Amino acid sequence: MLDKFGIAKRISQELKDGYYVNLGIGIPTLVANYIPEGITVILQSENGLLGMGPYPEEGSEDPDMINAGKETITYIPGSAVFDSADSFAMIRGKHIHFTVLGAMEVSEKGDIASWKIPGKMVKGMGGAMDLVASAENIMVAMMHTNKEGESKLLPECNLPLTGVNCVRKIVTELCVMDVTPDGFKLIERAPGVSVEEIIAKTAGKLIVEGEIPEMVI
Amino acid sequence: MNKVFNNADEAISDIPDNAMLMLGGFGLCGIPENSIAALVRKGVKGLTCISNNAGVDNFGIGLMLQTRQVKKMISSYVGENAEFERQMLSGELEVDLIPQGTLAERCRAGGAGIPAFFTPAGYGTEVAIGKEVREFNGKKYIMELGLTADFAIVKAWKGDRLGNLVYKGTARNFNPLMAMAGKITIAEVEELVDPCELDPNFIHTPGIFVQRIFQGVNYEKRIEKRTVRKTAQ
Repeated sequence: MLDKFGIAKRISQELKDGYYVNLGIGIPTLVANYIPEGITVILQSENGLLGMGPYPEEGSEDPDMINAGKETITYIPGSAVFDSADSFAMIRGKHIHFTVLGAMEVSEKGDIASWKIPGKMVKGMGGAMDLVASAENIMVAMMHTNKEGESKLLPECNLPLTGVNCVRKIVTELCVMDVTPDGFKLIERAPGVSVEEIIAKTAGKLIVEGEIPEMVI
Repeated sequence: MNKVFNNADEAISDIPDNAMLMLGGFGLCGIPENSIAALVRKGVKGLTCISNNAGVDNFGIGLMLQTRQVKKMISSYVGENAEFERQMLSGELEVDLIPQGTLAERCRAGGAGIPAFFTPAGYGTEVAIGKEVREFNGKKYIMELGLTADFAIVKAWKGDRLGNLVYKGTARNFNPLMAMAGKITIAEVEELVDPCELDPNFIHTPGIFVQRIFQGVNYEKRIEKRTVRKTAQ
């Protein structure tokens, strides 16, 4: 089974040289720590920064330099700043190659719910609806089940949707799955996890074809 | 032409109850601190505030929520504010949550004389309810309307007496878009300079969009999440 760092590390294997990437809050943010050697990836932060650097050193925090998670961050050589309309032009205009975000639920059709639990919790969608409606290559990083142990991979989402038919790939602590027109397709198992456990914890339609390899991270 | 005001209280003195306001900023970054404090002092009520976030409990627009000056918020993300969430869930505060890119584009469009546009964001979700859907090249889009406001209140790093503005870092965010969309745009700046001091090649907001400008004081520039890396020993 993977921890959140393992999930981030597995997702980082999907990065390719020259990608412009938007990483959501939470586990997706950790992907920045595992960019493979020898490739250049530029991180976009939708509040208006391209070329997001690491956290600042203690004492050099700049309140005018934050990421979309409101954390203090830095420039790197070649960074650019811009307004929110330009930022979402990059997103809607499909200039961003790869988007990773968290989710509360994903359906076997690739629908995603991530912003609201009616009557209980409303944080807002932020930029997630724009991202999932536009990006071609959307990956979800999340836990396979919720705190009650219920599957987050469902035939249909129960919660209000963030976007429809948009998620391409999912990495959880248990496995990697593609979203296909016929449902979730199991691609890899996390170390030490059985196919039976993944089947038991996946409520939506899961396609298991042949021997499922254990992931190498 | 005189756009220069002495301070925030003078610049916002004619904002009436029930006004529709735009306030720049993302989280607490690039928010018009001086003007928000002045609005709290003035006690103006029944406001509709268009702003990406609603501050935190005790800073930014959160201060106007505590004093119940806000009737309605139009935002994209409110997760960092417990009082906001409480007022919203109890129905005391009207809230329109809209996708962040849609919010930005609605301000830009409103300021640019574009009454409406089509975006894929929110198609198939509750955001699309009641909105016109059209298909272009096989993909579905929803119609969103341009937004304007009675007053847009923005924060810039530097500005000159003609209202030309320059922002710093990610404090730019929604500020230039809202500056375009205000019937009256009030800009507060950290440094008010003579027109010759700003390079025309590096102006972010041309002065035509700004009707009032003043130099702010005592900027707190509070950091919402202070994150640092370990320094090498």
